[in-house]
Amino acid sequence: MGKLQDQVAIITGGASGIGAATARLFVQEGAKVVLVDLNEEKGKAMEQELKSLSAEALFVKADITSEEDVTNIYKQTIDTFGKVDILFNNAGIGRTLPSHELEYSEWRKTVNVDLDGVFLVARGAIREMLKTGGGTIVNTASMYGWVGAPGNAAYNAAKAGVINLTRSLGLEYADQNIRVNALCPGYIDTPIIPAEIKQELAQATPMKRLGQAEEMAKAVLFMASDDSAFMTGNSLIVDGGFTAQ
Amino acid sequence: MRFKDKVVLITGAAGGIGIAAAQAYAKEGAKLALVDLKQEPLEKAAEQIEAQDKLLLTANVSNEEEVKGFVQKTKDHYGRIDIFLNNAGINGEFHNITDQTEENFQNVFGVNVMGVFFGLKYVLQVMKEQKSGAVVNTASNGGLLGAPGMSAYVASKHAVVGLNKTAALEMAEYGVRVNAVAPSGVNTEMMRRIEQNAAGDQAEEARKAFEASVPMNRYATAEEIADLMVFLSSDQASFISGSYYRIDGGQGATSV
Repeated sequence: MGKLQDQVAIITGGASGIGAATARLFVQEGAKVVLVDLNEEKGKAMEQELKSLSAEALFVKADITSEEDVTNIYKQTIDTFGKVDILFNNAGIGRTLPSHELEYSEWRKTVNVDLDGVFLVARGAIREMLKTGGGTIVNTASMYGWVGAPGNAAYNAAKAGVINLTRSLGLEYADQNIRVNALCPGYIDTPIIPAEIKQELAQATPMKRLGQAEEMAKAVLFMASDDSAFMTGNSLIVDGGFTAQ
Repeated sequence: MRFKDKVVLITGAAGGIGIAAAQAYAKEGAKLALVDLKQEPLEKAAEQIEAQDKLLLTANVSNEEEVKGFVQKTKDHYGRIDIFLNNAGINGEFHNITDQTEENFQNVFGVNVMGVFFGLKYVLQVMKEQKSGAVVNTASNGGLLGAPGMSAYVASKHAVVGLNKTAALEMAEYGVRVNAVAPSGVNTEMMRRIEQNAAGDQAEEARKAFEASVPMNRYATAEEIADLMVFLSSDQASFISGSYYRIDGGQGATSV
């Protein structure tokens, strides 16, 4: 018996990076996984990979900033698996640019995906979880929701928004058996980080290395499972010591 | 069996969280060194723990020599220390600051701050040499927010959070991780004492009020705290260090 035996988990941004690593770990623990991503090619490849491990998996292409697309995620999930137990609300974007050069349209796009999209997907999950009597949500925030950094104003502001969204939703549904927590990664070795700055970011981390997507997945599993039954509204930092400095 | 043959040292082992944690590690194959102030409660606690190997050690954690002693004895007996739950703590007397006594403050700081510091000092010497290990310090939500009447306890637990971050940074390059748990009220004997201290013969009312202040409307169980300690000290948490993890039924979401 896995820790998530027969539970239905939706993972946004599930085609690569932390989302894909979490999908692999979740199916090992017995979950049925719905992969949501904008990238159809990678999403379908990931779906095939999970199925080849004899897991139940479904890919749904969606833009999480579109209400219609988000509605469709839940329609397809319910049609296929009948319920939603876990949401890993993980899709996000980010780009480094000095703030005085940041076009308003780019600010809007970042906040739209990283905050509005997270809300829309969480709202959909809560609606389903209220019907079935509960569930768990893990939002991907960032250590840059806790601390500032130059050159990423829109991303950092949106991630701080995710942290307080997490607190607010956690409190709102604490007595309805829906737990809401956030993962706050430090510097992680994913395709988002350009190869030429990896060494520098590893040196800036007290553990002197980047985190691995698999290590994030393990923290997400803890937050999604009953092992964290008394934890909600919490934003858990997994950063190799970065924010303790 | 995530902890097969791992050596786990636990202070405050006769208390509710200590016992639950010892049981959780033992179930996954760990060897235990259990420390508490007095022999009899420690033996009683040990009876509830089925482990392949358990070493019982009495010590007052506020005494540096005694801490040095139990760390040395653990190392002599098992040869290493893989996981350290720096968990012993006391709640102290209930006084507003205007009526707080130096004696109470010194007592609480002796156990909760000096005890945690001594534990870190001697266990980290062992782990640094091993180039591996994981420490979980027991802080409290009182390490992050205030509580009327509990100035000594609250200040001491804030100190634990600072020690936790600093120890993590000093140890990062040696492959030793240091984290803290920050529970709200846990349904243990300590909570019975806090209820008594807060409200005397109205302790049952105090309990209801404390539980109602938690968004999940209840105390944590000792087992739930143990689950978090197990997670933080396991390989699942290999990139987590210097963090404090709230476990508080949502209470922390209403405070800074």
